Amino acid sequence: MSPTQRHELLVRLHDDAKLSITTLAAMMDVDPADVEATIAELEASGIIRGYCAVINWDRIERDRVRGIIEVKVAPQREVGFDAVARRIYQYPEVKDVTLVSGSYDLQVIVEGQRIQEVARFVSERLATIEHVQSTTTHFVLKTYKVDGVVLDDDGGEQRLVISP
Amino acid sequence: MNALRNRLAPLARSLPPSGIRRFFDMASTMKDVISLGVGEPDFVTPWHIRESGLHALERGVTSYTANAGIFELRQAIARYLNGYGTFYHPETEILVTVGGSEAIDLAIRVLAGPGDEVLIAEPAYVSYRPLVHLSGATPVSVPLRPENGFRLDANDVRARITPRTKALILCNPNNPTGSVLNRAQLESIAQAVRDADIFVVVDEIYAELTYGQSHVSLPSLPGMQERTVLIGGLSKAYAMTGWRLGYAAAPDFILHAMLTVHQYTILCAPAAAQVAGIEALAHGGPAVLAMVAEYDARRHLITRGLNELGLSCALPQGAFYAFPDIRSTGLSSEQFAEELLVRGRVAVVPGNVFGDQGEGFVRCSYATSIGQIEQALERIRMMLSAGRD
Repeated sequence: MSPTQRHELLVRLHDDAKLSITTLAAMMDVDPADVEATIAELEASGIIRGYCAVINWDRIERDRVRGIIEVKVAPQREVGFDAVARRIYQYPEVKDVTLVSGSYDLQVIVEGQRIQEVARFVSERLATIEHVQSTTTHFVLKTYKVDGVVLDDDGGEQRLVISP
Repeated sequence: MNALRNRLAPLARSLPPSGIRRFFDMASTMKDVISLGVGEPDFVTPWHIRESGLHALERGVTSYTANAGIFELRQAIARYLNGYGTFYHPETEILVTVGGSEAIDLAIRVLAGPGDEVLIAEPAYVSYRPLVHLSGATPVSVPLRPENGFRLDANDVRARITPRTKALILCNPNNPTGSVLNRAQLESIAQAVRDADIFVVVDEIYAELTYGQSHVSLPSLPGMQERTVLIGGLSKAYAMTGWRLGYAAAPDFILHAMLTVHQYTILCAPAAAQVAGIEALAHGGPAVLAMVAEYDARRHLITRGLNELGLSCALPQGAFYAFPDIRSTGLSSEQFAEELLVRGRVAVVPGNVFGDQGEGFVRCSYATSIGQIEQALERIRMMLSAGRD
């Protein structure tokens, strides 16, 4: 598969990981065996790290709180921010960690069942990690769009069932 | 009541309802139907275009515009068409219309009348024939032959030219067949048209939806712009069907006649839609490319699927329609479509509603999601295998 086709395959899987190999092959006008081999190779090389569903958790009656935490870090000699990031992402409560430009360094997303639980995690675990200078916590109130998928859309089909 | 009905104008009474109507009525009453019968994009208009329409309303752009359309939009259309090698003067040669449909109507009205014959390359978009009928001229079918990939053959045009022939109407890329005429084929048709000294109305509304080759605009060929009315619009490429925004480009003497009819019947296209159209032509390119890439993947999926089911289907080169051959089922187009709708809960459009040459085929629109296409193919498979038991 050409680099362009590999890229197209990744984009399509990212949009809908449930697409079958036969469907992907038909959409890309290639042999199913090609798609299967390329996916296997992408998985083995660690480019594809997993497959997951996009869920609107707001619609699920279950205690779930998300905090977005801005973390300021003093970078360390030779390892920069990586060593601190590593210490943070080991916690299972931590869902995402990204290094960002701007007024803080690491953006950390933490999940818990109650606000107190997330708050305690931040003050007792995150803030106490060596080289972490400060944290600012924002609790998520409502999610509108996740990874390209709009969650608060009630659109549905507007078109006539048959038109010329 | 009947007596009053009989006093309606004879032309109106003699106009048959669209063949699509019956299927529309049937499908509308049924639940859980997957529709491959829709002749418009499943995407909503890209947000930046909708946003510019909203902004126009906020600014109070709510009055009439110039009859021919906002000049800036006509300039944008001229620039866009220039990309296909044609040169239209935005002041005198471009008219913004209420969808491509109005432009087709105007073109036929000003080119043909009682006593004239108008050639229609069929299967064709359903409105050409009735509009010719309304003009008082006589429609004459030029067959697009399945064995020729539904591409118009210049010899078929020549064979139907009479002293009364006034114009030829064709749609490229074609609705309903998805076929596309390449430069060489267009050149031979252009030669036939010039030899016969007739006009052409070419509907290029699907121009942007051409896959794996560049669209060739008929009036860009030598000696053709002077005798051609080019029909275009933003509906298909920019997913703007409901805005009702189309246009015609033609030599000034034709366009002036069209504008005169337009100013009495329509006055102008919707103002806010025209502002959105300016935005679409200025910045809509990347969104169009993304939509075309999606249609491209779907056309491969549906074509492969239909062929695997034993319904022979050429890979469509343009628009968003697959046109499979259903003759192997032993059913007529109408029977097949009706059976598929009632038993399989999938709506397609029988090919014969687009002209007699469409008999034996059905139109399947792939302007719908991958999931819907896959489910529809599965339902067709079940219907076909039940039929074989």
